[in-house]
Amino acid sequence: MAIEIDLNRVYMPSEDVVARVIENEIIIVPLVSGIGDMEDEIYTLNETGRSIWEKLDGKKKLKDVVSELASEFDSPLQKIEKDVIGFVQEVIKRKMLVGK
Amino acid sequence: MGKDHYVIKQYTRKSNPWQDKPNFLNHLSIELTERCNNDCIHCCINLHEDDVEAKKKELSTDQIKKVFSEAASMGCLKVTVTGGEPLLRNDFAELYLFARKLGLKVLLFTNATLINHDLVELFKQIPPLVEIEVTVYGMEKDSYEGVTRKKGSFEQAWRGIQLLQENKIPFVVKSVALPHNRKDLTRFKKWAAGIPWMAGQEPESYKYFGLRLRRDNFKKNALIQELRARPEEIAEESVRTKETYHKALKQFSSAFFKPTADKLFSCHGGLNGGCVDAYGNFQLCILLRHPDTVYDLKQGSLREGYETYLPRIRKIKATNPAYLNRCGACFLSNICQQCPGMSWIEHGDLDTPVDYICAITHTQARYLGIIGDTEKAWEVCDWEARISKFENQIKVNPVDIHNGSTQCRRDK
Ligand code: SF4
Ligand code: SF4
Repeated sequence: MAIEIDLNRVYMPSEDVVARVIENEIIIVPLVSGIGDMEDEIYTLNETGRSIWEKLDGKKKLKDVVSELASEFDSPLQKIEKDVIGFVQEVIKRKMLVGK
Repeated sequence: MGKDHYVIKQYTRKSNPWQDKPNFLNHLSIELTERCNNDCIHCCINLHEDDVEAKKKELSTDQIKKVFSEAASMGCLKVTVTGGEPLLRNDFAELYLFARKLGLKVLLFTNATLINHDLVELFKQIPPLVEIEVTVYGMEKDSYEGVTRKKGSFEQAWRGIQLLQENKIPFVVKSVALPHNRKDLTRFKKWAAGIPWMAGQEPESYKYFGLRLRRDNFKKNALIQELRARPEEIAEESVRTKETYHKALKQFSSAFFKPTADKLFSCHGGLNGGCVDAYGNFQLCILLRHPDTVYDLKQGSLREGYETYLPRIRKIKATNPAYLNRCGACFLSNICQQCPGMSWIEHGDLDTPVDYICAITHTQARYLGIIGDTEKAWEVCDWEARISKFENQIKVNPVDIHNGSTQCRRDK
């Protein structure tokens, strides 16, 4: 079942993972157990995911993230919102992001 | 848009996606101490656990944290934490947590004697992300302590191992092949096969023992030399795994079999990682501690050591005529373990050939049928023909290759 995402809420990286930047890529390394389905995995984000993740600073509401991205990218607002929600759902499911 | 589309799993166990980027530090190994609570008969590094002088010289907690931070900023994904026995340091847990919070995987090498409930809890909550490597010196008290020369170490180590097992902390095991534990080998392998994280792999059991890395104990060196397997025994090991050995060699034979003249560093040391000793010296590899080849991190930065200093060391050429006439002209040099690190521990320089290594390589080459019984590889001039013949053979038949061989008459 899809996780309910509230655009008025602030989301931030979970303290259960460490996000690093290597060669311009965001690398997410599990810190606590139970993040990956195997113990030695690390994760990267695709380009869309990376643009969204960089804005999840624990201060901005998700709807502001959407409008910031809309001003930066030449893409319809609806599509951006869909991506943001899809991304947030996925990283919450993977315990990499938490709501504030 | 597909499900799980934004997050990509990266399997970094064997390699990682960034390792070929220039100046990327793939891996760092750090010795937290040279001290150990065991006194293994074959050990090339251990100092007494209470060695006050050694303790005083060791990097402080903050200095080690700085090394970890720098490594992470240079893209490092995994640090190997070794020793001596790294768990002897009472700041181990703090350092471990620090490294993990930087997003580093931590590969711990340990004898398991100091694994306790607190550590197990820590590993359970914050997993190292790579299996702990435990060296097991024997399956029985007499054999184990025959190696470690420490009363009670058998019980301590097995309690540690049991704690790891019970708490499902991923670990793998390895051993050393010594006369004292020879009788345990079959039992050890059988037991190791039941460890889930071994994933069906046979545990490594080291037969070749390096001399003291600091060239500090010549009496111990004599003992280590006595304990080493004979070159024939090492070659026999290759016979046991003949098919794999042939396959591996054939894959790279034409590219790898060639003399390397005055080139000293044919290895990968310092190319995508390096080693830090307990006192903050940054080295190309674990062996090479020649004072002219190490970079003092207390006076500089890991980045400078890695990007500027190590590449300079790798450019050093051999000058010793004994090396140039032998290894420099030897077509086996790229499959031979001869290297500046080996020369350092055996002879105290960078380029004196190590006879023991030479004998091992010659025995293996004889087994493969590339050289004859009395031939010296550096005197063989038709090596290219031999290699192409070797490559074309599905099954090696030594007799075929030996027939019609010629030897170079080199002017000495
Ligand atoms: S346990 Fe390891 S470091 Fe300690 S003496 Fe034995 S081989 Fe050396
Ligand atoms: S086999 Fe002997 S001569 Fe050849 S590279 Fe090795 S040590 Fe040198």
